[in-house]
Amino acid sequence: MSTQTETAAKVQSAEPLFSKKNRKLLVDPLDGNNPITVQVLGICSALAVTVQMKPALVMSLGVIFVASFSSLFISLLRNTIPTRIRIIVQLAVVASWVVIVDQVLKAYVYDVSKQLSVFVGLIITNCIIMGRLEAFALGNKPWPSFLDGIGNGLGYGVILIIVAFFRELLGSGSVFGVKILGADSLTGLPYQGNGLMMLPAGACIVIGLLIWAQRARNGYAEEH
Amino acid sequence: MNFLHHLLEKQRPLFEKGGKFERFYYVFEAAETFLFTPPSTTPARGAHIRDAIDLKRMMMTVVIAMLPCLLFGMWNAGHQHYLAIGQEADFMTKFLLGLQHTLPIILVAYASGGLVEVIFAIMRKHPINEGFLVTGMLIPLVMPITIPLWQVAVATIFAVLVAKEVFGGTGMNVLNVALTARAFLYFAYPTEISGSVWTYLGEGATTVDGYSGATALAIIAETSEALKSNFTPGAAVAALNNVSWAPGLFSFENLFWGAIPGSIGETSTLMCLIGAAILIATGVGSWKIILSVFAGAYLTGLLVNAVALNAYMDLPAHYHLVIGGLAFGAVFMATDPVSAAHTETGKWIYGFLIGFFTVVIRVFNPAYPEGIMLAILLMNVFAPLIDYYVVQANKNRRLSRATV
Repeated sequence: MSTQTETAAKVQSAEPLFSKKNRKLLVDPLDGNNPITVQVLGICSALAVTVQMKPALVMSLGVIFVASFSSLFISLLRNTIPTRIRIIVQLAVVASWVVIVDQVLKAYVYDVSKQLSVFVGLIITNCIIMGRLEAFALGNKPWPSFLDGIGNGLGYGVILIIVAFFRELLGSGSVFGVKILGADSLTGLPYQGNGLMMLPAGACIVIGLLIWAQRARNGYAEEH
Repeated sequence: MNFLHHLLEKQRPLFEKGGKFERFYYVFEAAETFLFTPPSTTPARGAHIRDAIDLKRMMMTVVIAMLPCLLFGMWNAGHQHYLAIGQEADFMTKFLLGLQHTLPIILVAYASGGLVEVIFAIMRKHPINEGFLVTGMLIPLVMPITIPLWQVAVATIFAVLVAKEVFGGTGMNVLNVALTARAFLYFAYPTEISGSVWTYLGEGATTVDGYSGATALAIIAETSEALKSNFTPGAAVAALNNVSWAPGLFSFENLFWGAIPGSIGETSTLMCLIGAAILIATGVGSWKIILSVFAGAYLTGLLVNAVALNAYMDLPAHYHLVIGGLAFGAVFMATDPVSAAHTETGKWIYGFLIGFFTVVIRVFNPAYPEGIMLAILLMNVFAPLIDYYVVQANKNRRLSRATV
């Protein structure tokens, strides 16, 4: 009996940093278990910050940073956090990282920080981050938790960038603020901005179509 | 006819299993059943009685019911044009001008929507549905005559894709497809579908003195906005009657008759009522919905009259029934059998609330001059909920009678 546990422990300690299991943690949220399109979490910020690509990119980076480091620290603290007050502890940890992100944005990219307005602060209550802390970081070691945080942040970010790309391209004919469609643009192609894409409803439709395309490709169906 | 039939039959092996164009069997099938009655009849031993009416006949009935609106709309488009540039023209000149500008819109709507339908039918291996026959005709009727054709195509493709095919095709849509197309344009390209776009003027045309392309709804909204709370009773009607460039354009009779600026097919309440008569007589449209939309709008009109805090609220309730697209929406949009409520009690509630919200949006929301489009879309979303509660109420009623 004792030899068995010993070998098991040995195997675990010998696990490389990017073992198959750890890679899965990183890659899975990008497609098969995407927090936005499959778990349908974090929708409100995805609708709010995706009018243009630049804020969406900054927001994604912010969420990746907060998600990974919150997961890491909650995982480090997981054996000392009393179960009954774990939510408030998680909130405190997430809030600390969010404040750091907020201050950095204000210092270095003030205009984007203005555009993102409350949505940086609202990362604290982003259900993706809270969900991963609850579901993963509280029961796993720091390194896998850190990877899981990065993975889910990336999964969120990928969708944000895709949605923002279509909204900015169709809505104002530009990508990252560079006009590529329209009479006064690089290509000079005639284009009239689509007002629907500038509204949150446009993001809702783009996300819906993304979910449709993804599910058609992966053959994923909701269980009844 | 026989010649056509033979021609079709000759092609049949090509499209059947193993044939060269097997993939496109349903394109062939659509062409065949469109031209000829399907050969399937009731077998000698069977419980199902096959009626002559199928989805295609039903949809064709709706298209026929829309013809008065369409033909009137074509004439009216020409009529508005010559009215605006201050020239006289005879009936046929007006009609042909309207036809010339309406026909491309209809063709573009049918072609772009039909293309999406055919692609999905081939991909999903099901017959091409007839639902688009009606949608493809409804879309042009709710567009302004000056709409750019590419916008018609984009809106139609968007609506068929997002309002219908996403949910599984004909009979599965939550929202009315034609109204989704209009709502798309309304939010995506607002400058081409609001303001003074309702009359075709032509390049460099000179208009009569004091011309404005505003609709009755816009005139009332402007008057109400300008006067705020210090209005005199009847100010809205007076504003309608005082249109300087065309006296009598917005008199009540003319609003009912429909020779006014507006979307192509929705101006004439009279033609909509003729359409309603055809739909009700053939049993295709629900009279309950049509009646309750009018009742809802009229009663809400009376209600805001009783409060009357501004000129719009003071507008006589019967005016609400003839301005804007209320009649057209009530007859052709609200009665869409897929997106409307299905229970009989539910139809009354559904229709009444459409009328209610139409007047509420018109009177209280200056951003949206016309309310019927958004009211119908909103109630489309709520229709299943209404049905659910009607069915639950019926269950509870019957359960309370049960003695076991």
